[in-house]
Amino acid sequence: MHVCQRCVSVLLWRPLSAALQQSTRSLHQHTQHNILQQSTTHTSIYSRPGGLRYFTHQHTASPDVHNTDPQQNKPGKHVVSLENSAMHQTSQVYLSGLDAVACPSPLQEISDEEAVQIQVPSVLPADSFTLRPYVDKSETLSKLVQLGVNLWDLEQRPNVGSMLVRLDFQADVAPRLLFLRDLGVEESTLGRLLTKNPFILTESLDNLQARVSYLKSKKFSAQSVAAMVTKAPYLLNFSVERLDNRLGFFQQQLGLSAEKTRYLVTRLPKLLCGSLEPVKENLKVCELEFGFRGNEIQHIVSTVPKVLLANKRKLTQIFDFVHNTMNIPHSLIAKFPQVLNAKFLRIRERHLFLEYLGRAQYQPDQPNYISLSRLVFLPDDVFCSEVALATLEDFERFQKTL
Amino acid sequence: MKMATQAVRLFRKMDGLFAVYKPQGVHWKLVRDTIESNFLKALNSSPPAAPRREVQFQLLSSGENSTSKELILSPSMVPSLADHPLVTGPQFHKVHVGVGHRLDAFSSGVLVLGVGKGNSVLENLCKSHVTRDYTIEGEFGKATDNFSHTGRVIEKTTYDHITHDKLERVLAMLQGSNQKALITYSQVELQTQEAYELAARGLLYPDGKSPPILTGLRCIKFNPPHFTLEVRCVNETQKYLRKLIHEVGLELRASAVCTKVRRTRDGPFKVENALTRQHWTADSVLQAINHFRKTARKIRKSGMYMQSNVRMTLDADTREQTQSEHMSGVRDVLSDMILERETPGEPNEGRTKN
Repeated sequence: MHVCQRCVSVLLWRPLSAALQQSTRSLHQHTQHNILQQSTTHTSIYSRPGGLRYFTHQHTASPDVHNTDPQQNKPGKHVVSLENSAMHQTSQVYLSGLDAVACPSPLQEISDEEAVQIQVPSVLPADSFTLRPYVDKSETLSKLVQLGVNLWDLEQRPNVGSMLVRLDFQADVAPRLLFLRDLGVEESTLGRLLTKNPFILTESLDNLQARVSYLKSKKFSAQSVAAMVTKAPYLLNFSVERLDNRLGFFQQQLGLSAEKTRYLVTRLPKLLCGSLEPVKENLKVCELEFGFRGNEIQHIVSTVPKVLLANKRKLTQIFDFVHNTMNIPHSLIAKFPQVLNAKFLRIRERHLFLEYLGRAQYQPDQPNYISLSRLVFLPDDVFCSEVALATLEDFERFQKTL
Repeated sequence: MKMATQAVRLFRKMDGLFAVYKPQGVHWKLVRDTIESNFLKALNSSPPAAPRREVQFQLLSSGENSTSKELILSPSMVPSLADHPLVTGPQFHKVHVGVGHRLDAFSSGVLVLGVGKGNSVLENLCKSHVTRDYTIEGEFGKATDNFSHTGRVIEKTTYDHITHDKLERVLAMLQGSNQKALITYSQVELQTQEAYELAARGLLYPDGKSPPILTGLRCIKFNPPHFTLEVRCVNETQKYLRKLIHEVGLELRASAVCTKVRRTRDGPFKVENALTRQHWTADSVLQAINHFRKTARKIRKSGMYMQSNVRMTLDADTREQTQSEHMSGVRDVLSDMILERETPGEPNEGRTKN
């Protein structure tokens, strides 16, 4: 009985929908065909961060929606409120088509079977600023959301939104996801990986396989390949030549053994993805500007690979302060290279505080020695209580005199 | 009525003024952006609103006999994926944090920031002529192109002849000329009773736009070649203060560079209540906003008052010495900062107008 009551409003709209049926359906099919093409252009043009969301989808906005299609009632299909959307879309068709179709009276009763036969077209907007209207309808998008892919992040990037809409889940997405899983990538990290690099979904499987086998031929273990792909999602989008080139560069420039090169690259696989210019520059800075010896550079790089990608100015600022103001020799810095990775303000505040207290003693062969790692990596409260032997309030008060 | 979500409630609380301690070597824009992003992080970390539910109809056959004509549509509510946080993105994209009187990268100290309605109060704070205190350190012996010790050295001099007395004399002279400038720019007739009373009570302030004026200046440490000055001023820039050190050096027949500019007070905001770098989180900032709520309200009132009737109240103020309710509010703020420390060496205090 409940159902019948719901059908009443459909009954009332029956004549209109009957009149519209043909034209709407053809129009709608046309729309659906075009959606993909149009959305590719429009989303790419208009998708901006914080772009206005004009296309509120009417079927979610109206609470009393009617589904009338018995055959096509699959979960993937959606319900539509005829009165809001179809009318707006097709008012012109409606006016011109009135003569052609026999128009039953609005009050004419129809049977339940007839009622459920009525085809209700879907209303996917032809173009949209966001992926929101498509998420509930598209299998690819909804599966990606369930994987944990941040669609909002992706649609900010040019062309990515339209690329995702065009993908077919069974044909494009599933094989690559299975490939990644076979590679050993954790399923929980897949979402993050795809958020970083959605283009892996368009890369051909042969290419991906070729790159993985190249890495394995260089004696990277299966686990390390999986870890590298997780850490640097773009790794598999680069050609074999490029990867080979990078690996060769690091081995030669740093004079590392094959084993150590593998270790370095596994620690920071981003090295294989980015440009080599900043790396070369940082190496020159370490060698010429800082005056580290070759083996010291090797040690620094294998302990803190991030130094190779760090900002040159930041490195210089820290080294200048540590070496020239704190008077710490090269050998000690090479021993604790993590200091080059720390925050400059933190090093400066702590050093000045220790100096103010008369505890700035960085010579390991003398009493009350404070190592660089203790200076930099202890959290504030532990640093104050253990190294500076002062209270946290004193430290904050001191900061306000700088 | 829709219930306000947790994030919206938090956002409404972000409304007022607070002060942070800007470290040296950091641009004020970086300070502002850090705090903005910390706010956004706190706002977007609170759970989002429940997703809208979408009605779906499952078509079920009525049961026993398949020939039955009766069809059953069972409605069910499913959360709509379109409202998933991964699809809608973060709830808040931008929190506007306004910056009071600027501090350049070389200087450190109290930087007043406003969020929400605090931004309009900041404007009032800028219009009202509150004074600011600085501690500036100088070093005799050289001069550089940008007046700070990091610049390119263009001159080196000896400084043996400089004594504390000589320095004090130069400072007194500078203060005298600034006092004169203050009277000129305060737009009161010098020979009147009004001017006398304002000056005697230290209530002179520059009217409208004026160049930087020092209302207080003293030497708190003299240890050649290093010396430290304490300055109270209006309409200043940090570059002007560095240039002041340079000029002190020139007046002493030597040269000097500035090694540190540190703002210790900006209007009613003192260094004790400024948040250090570790405390630039949403929680601590909200506490600070609460702490300064009264102050912000007084500044807002003083601003509204200022726009309506300026001169009239000034007359009333000087003649009858009675103060309106608004006045007493502002006076509280001012007395706070006047009493905070005995003034360097001169009677007149900078003050808000009215």
